[in-house]
Amino acid sequence: MDTTQQAQTLTEKIFSEKAGRAVTAGEYLLLDVDVALGNDITAPVAIKEFEKFNGRELFDPDRIVFVADHFTPNKDIQSAMQVKMVRDFSRTHGIKKFYDVGKMGIEHVLLPEQGLVKSGDLVVGADSHTCTYGALGAFSTGVGSTDLAGVFFTGKAWFKVPEAIRVELKGSFSPGVSGKDLILHIISELGVDGANYQAIEFTGPGVAEVSMDSRFTVSNMAIEAGGKAGLFPVDDVTRAYESQRGIEAAPRTADDGARYSRTLEIDLNMLEATVARPFLPENGAVVSALASEKVKVDQVVIGSCTNGRIEDLRSAAAVLGDARIAEGVRCIILPGSQEVYLQSMREGLTEKFVTAGCVFSTPTCGPCLGGHMGILAEKEVALSTTNRNFVGRMGHASSEVYLASPAVAAATAVQGYICGPDAPALERLGELEKKGPETKEAVSTAP
Amino acid sequence: MIREGKVFKFGDHINTDEIIPARYLSTTDPGELAKNCMEDTRPGFGGQADVDGSILVAGENFGCGSSREHAPIAIKAAGIQCVIAKSFARIFLRNCINIGLPIVELGETDAIEEGDYLKVDFSSGEMSNSTQKKEFVINTYPEFLQQIIRSGGWLSYATTHLAPERVLKGGS
Repeated sequence: MDTTQQAQTLTEKIFSEKAGRAVTAGEYLLLDVDVALGNDITAPVAIKEFEKFNGRELFDPDRIVFVADHFTPNKDIQSAMQVKMVRDFSRTHGIKKFYDVGKMGIEHVLLPEQGLVKSGDLVVGADSHTCTYGALGAFSTGVGSTDLAGVFFTGKAWFKVPEAIRVELKGSFSPGVSGKDLILHIISELGVDGANYQAIEFTGPGVAEVSMDSRFTVSNMAIEAGGKAGLFPVDDVTRAYESQRGIEAAPRTADDGARYSRTLEIDLNMLEATVARPFLPENGAVVSALASEKVKVDQVVIGSCTNGRIEDLRSAAAVLGDARIAEGVRCIILPGSQEVYLQSMREGLTEKFVTAGCVFSTPTCGPCLGGHMGILAEKEVALSTTNRNFVGRMGHASSEVYLASPAVAAATAVQGYICGPDAPALERLGELEKKGPETKEAVSTAP
Repeated sequence: MIREGKVFKFGDHINTDEIIPARYLSTTDPGELAKNCMEDTRPGFGGQADVDGSILVAGENFGCGSSREHAPIAIKAAGIQCVIAKSFARIFLRNCINIGLPIVELGETDAIEEGDYLKVDFSSGEMSNSTQKKEFVINTYPEFLQQIIRSGGWLSYATTHLAPERVLKGGS
């Protein structure tokens, strides 16, 4: 099969491989997907649709993954009933990849960690942050519950091959700057709909300097610029991550000369720690500019599908040092998976957080979407490492959410107002960086 | 297909947290979702009697944010006839096509006011604003999407054309 007639974006390459012929942006395709994901909010809608259409059996239960992560451990009777529906459906239809409390993590931390998605895959998920797996060089995108039900019936989904925006990276991050700052900067440049109907593809020499955990953060928030996907090439960083999970990945990049709708050039050395003000993720400002305003916070949240990985917790703990969090601040740590939870304990990070006055939660989406585990009262202010700061997102419609990295979040928790890490904290972050491979290494997969 | 009704007007970047806040997501019941439709951007909207049979008009990027299908379900169950916006966020647009909620992408929504009476003819591609006595031409969808829409949504299409063997006998 000839799938490489002309220079292709990484997006076009993956769609061409799946279609078995060279495809170009703009085409509509009906394709088999490798993985389809649902959670405790979106899977019940898909299950009801499947039943409404008199579904008898699934096309292939092995390509379905269900993770009960949003309102779990069940926050009330209604959410318990929703998870029960997913649990019962999984049992009836032989879905083995149902992750219940005790095995679950936040879906977009769990799936890559457990090797359930891999580079080159075509993935759909009934969750907008399914774009996270683009970090692995998979084409992965958020869809709705009806699409998920469609995969139950057919194993397929419909796609329009998107055009792509290129983000050319050079240089490397300064201490205290990470993937979160990069993506908040990009969203400020593009705007919240700047990549609507398009993929964002990362290229250039700077890519190799971005760790796997930072890549997940960056791809995760592609949707906050309206992006259909956020794709990294498959390089040595990806291959090392996948090989720890028994996956042999072939290198995969866009072709030279591929056509992009636009190109952004970013020097990672020039990036500063960035905070998005309420009420849109595009409202980015460098933290140094915000610090003089001394914005007081009531709550700090560190975790989520955006920043709930081990590198994120290491960075927060390094900034914390031996300090206690400020009086009047509630700091909630949400590790992304059981494995991240364990690793945090092994490295002594959990003890550091609890000693400092933080709470350390079971993995859950929880407060990120105003579900539970840290809802804001009237006019309260939070700084959070999550992904959205819309009106009412974390609770009361008059509450406010600022978005930032784990390093900024930890610094803010200590001072009680929004600020970046101070000089000693930056030094500790620099040391963490220098420790090299063993701390850069991702969490091993659970048996 | 013709859809008509009185306009409720909203701004840019209306996200799915505003259309149906997460605190109402522990149900999948369309009637319950409809009651809380647009709650955080216009409190009480879902309970207003005249929402049933109306048309919702908005600016850029309508439906951005989460993939929750509860958002278009809430709008549809509230009796809203169609949504007209300058642009739609991708997943929301996809969900509307999949569940059969008619939508129109129209660059000139600034010219439409709250309370105007609109009539949209999806077959001819014509739209009229009888309050302001204005006519518009609307875009039609590519053939592939039209097939899905004509079938009544993605699952009607999929279960009829792609996987009839996985449906219980006597089913739809």
